[in-house]
Amino acid sequence: MMFIRYAAYRLLTMVLTLIVVSMLIFVIINLPPGDYLSNQIAELRATGQAEGVAKAEFLRKEYALDRPLYQQYLIWVGVIPGPQGFSGLLQGDFGWSFEFDAPVAEIVGDALWLTVLVNLAAVLFVYLVALPLGVLAAARSATWVDYTTAFIGYLGLATPNFLLALILFYYGHKYLGLPIGGLMAPEYEGEPMSLGKVQSILVHLIVPTFVIGTSGAAGMMQRLRANMLDELSKPYVETAMAKGLAPSRLLTKYPLRMAFNPFVADIGNLLPAMVSGSVLVSVVLGLQTIGPALLTALKSQDQFLAAFVLMFVALLTLIGTMISDLLLVLLDPRIRYGAREG
Amino acid sequence: MSTLPDGRYIDDAPYDPNVDLSALDRSDMDAPNWLLVWRKFRRHRLGLLSGIFLFLAYMAIPFAGFFSPYTPNERSADYLYHPPQAIHFWHEGDYIGPFVYPTEAVADLENYRWTYTTDETRPMPLQFFCKRTQYHLFGFIPTERHLFCAPEGATIFIFGSDRLGRDVFSRISYGAQLSLTVGLIGITVSFILGIGFGAIAGYFGGWVDWVVNRAIEILRSLPELPLWLALSAAVPSNWGPVSVFFIISIILGLLDWPGLARAVRSKFLSLREEEYVRAAEMMGAKPGRVIRRHLLPNFMSHLIASATLSIPAMILGETALSFLGLGLRAPAVSWGVMLNDAQNLASIEIYPWTAIPMLPIIIVVLAFNFLGDGLRDSLDPYKG
Repeated sequence: MMFIRYAAYRLLTMVLTLIVVSMLIFVIINLPPGDYLSNQIAELRATGQAEGVAKAEFLRKEYALDRPLYQQYLIWVGVIPGPQGFSGLLQGDFGWSFEFDAPVAEIVGDALWLTVLVNLAAVLFVYLVALPLGVLAAARSATWVDYTTAFIGYLGLATPNFLLALILFYYGHKYLGLPIGGLMAPEYEGEPMSLGKVQSILVHLIVPTFVIGTSGAAGMMQRLRANMLDELSKPYVETAMAKGLAPSRLLTKYPLRMAFNPFVADIGNLLPAMVSGSVLVSVVLGLQTIGPALLTALKSQDQFLAAFVLMFVALLTLIGTMISDLLLVLLDPRIRYGAREG
Repeated sequence: MSTLPDGRYIDDAPYDPNVDLSALDRSDMDAPNWLLVWRKFRRHRLGLLSGIFLFLAYMAIPFAGFFSPYTPNERSADYLYHPPQAIHFWHEGDYIGPFVYPTEAVADLENYRWTYTTDETRPMPLQFFCKRTQYHLFGFIPTERHLFCAPEGATIFIFGSDRLGRDVFSRISYGAQLSLTVGLIGITVSFILGIGFGAIAGYFGGWVDWVVNRAIEILRSLPELPLWLALSAAVPSNWGPVSVFFIISIILGLLDWPGLARAVRSKFLSLREEEYVRAAEMMGAKPGRVIRRHLLPNFMSHLIASATLSIPAMILGETALSFLGLGLRAPAVSWGVMLNDAQNLASIEIYPWTAIPMLPIIIVVLAFNFLGDGLRDSLDPYKG
């Protein structure tokens, strides 16, 4: 019962946060002077194309871009009805992409779940790599295992993501025959799900997952190692050792469980970094996630598209953080409900 | 190792009093704190080395033009995508000092690109303290002296040249000016905001604390890069390189402060209850004075250590933004701008040297990480 109340409370804070975030995003998107349509109108006027101007003026009216900013915001969110049937985010109308001349929903479409997929794969990768390596580095601290993992970890932290992506792509293709670019073979694009498509996506996911996950895994590994070392120096470990518990069993039974907590709690820090990384890597590798769409939208001031992508990215991290908070409460009885207060 | 008469072994090494730094009878117990910190830091080899390296790197920034044989935007139209050239010392078994072999461009009509043939019969010695293109030392002293440059009729592209025939090595050393300072400006912004908000929240508590805390939580839960992208997309395209540089570094700092503010706040919450704060308040000190004179000095060193650890994120951030074309722009030279050229697989495969700017990035980021780790470990000199 307590848990449900806590979950409800957490959900409420998430919604409130989301509202603030939506305002923040809307303001940032509208920072540059002018908007896509007024730029376009000015350009069309300069070249003397009257019919284009009429269409742009119409769009401007339809999406309420001629109103004051706060009204634009409310219409975009969907709290007050827009002119001529633009109903806003809450009603599932994400607006119109002026750059691609199509509804936003149509443009992002498939990209949404592919984004989720890429990020999930990366998080999974981080855990699968960081957990064994971090524990190993702590258990064999100050040996070559420790130094090698530390070195690789530091290198992973220091290499710019996008370069790692390019280099791995090149060598992965040259020596392992991994496919280049995209998230699936071109013939599957727009096709319904099939075994072949899933396979193709999985093979294409290898390099991106590795690239996005490396820096996160490196950081996670270092923290896990530090936590483990703290635990390993405690008296109960010594007692267990004196009683003759096998080293591997000793390691997994007590210290690992203790060190595991921050590991779950860290999702909150990990996710924003992952999503950032995935946007960048998607642009470089031409993955069909929302990363490239965001970049084009931002460059051309395509405001509804950009705002929607930013909202989606924020929502993704917020949900992830919430899940990690709830998991933490379930996993660790020592954490009190509502402890985030104050 | 020597053996005592009764058969015990004893180490010859002298007894090291630093082993137990917290021992009460230690002779240097009254040494000032910074001395203890320095002693401890000195033993952190990697941190020390990184510190020295970074110090030298920052000191060399004003002299970038002197160390590089070319100026950053100087084009050699005859040498596009020239591969890296080696500096030789021996020619046919004789030592004749540092020299290069002249190269000549040959059009490869099959692959549509230039290939370069090296003429190994004519060694051409490098010139030192020679006069070439004019540049500004420290940014304002016009001079033409370069540390070394190629003799007439030859080129010296240590790291090759890029698609416009510009020397990659020279561009890297000029690029350091922007790429290294972007982190410093960013961290200053983040420092001011972080300490400001953290101090206000921690010192006053109440609703101020609540508001700042929510702001921190919201900012921390958002992915940085998309926001950086959105903010830098808002920078007008008609701004000059210098203002773009400043605004980009400020943007980088703008999203970094929550972590710092959180640390400051939690420290303040506990320190606020100390007697000396109460005493200062009793004597009529204003909140500003209490914060600046009594509270902040307590953990300034820790803040500096954590700042050192967040500079790399900003350097990488600048690189990413410039790489995507939303950061610094073309006439400006930074490592990210240079990497913009290495954006596709083709250039990595055919002209791998255009990706060389990643090496200084990796080295600098690593150095900052090691330095920060070293500082953090040694700031508490009394701990084991």
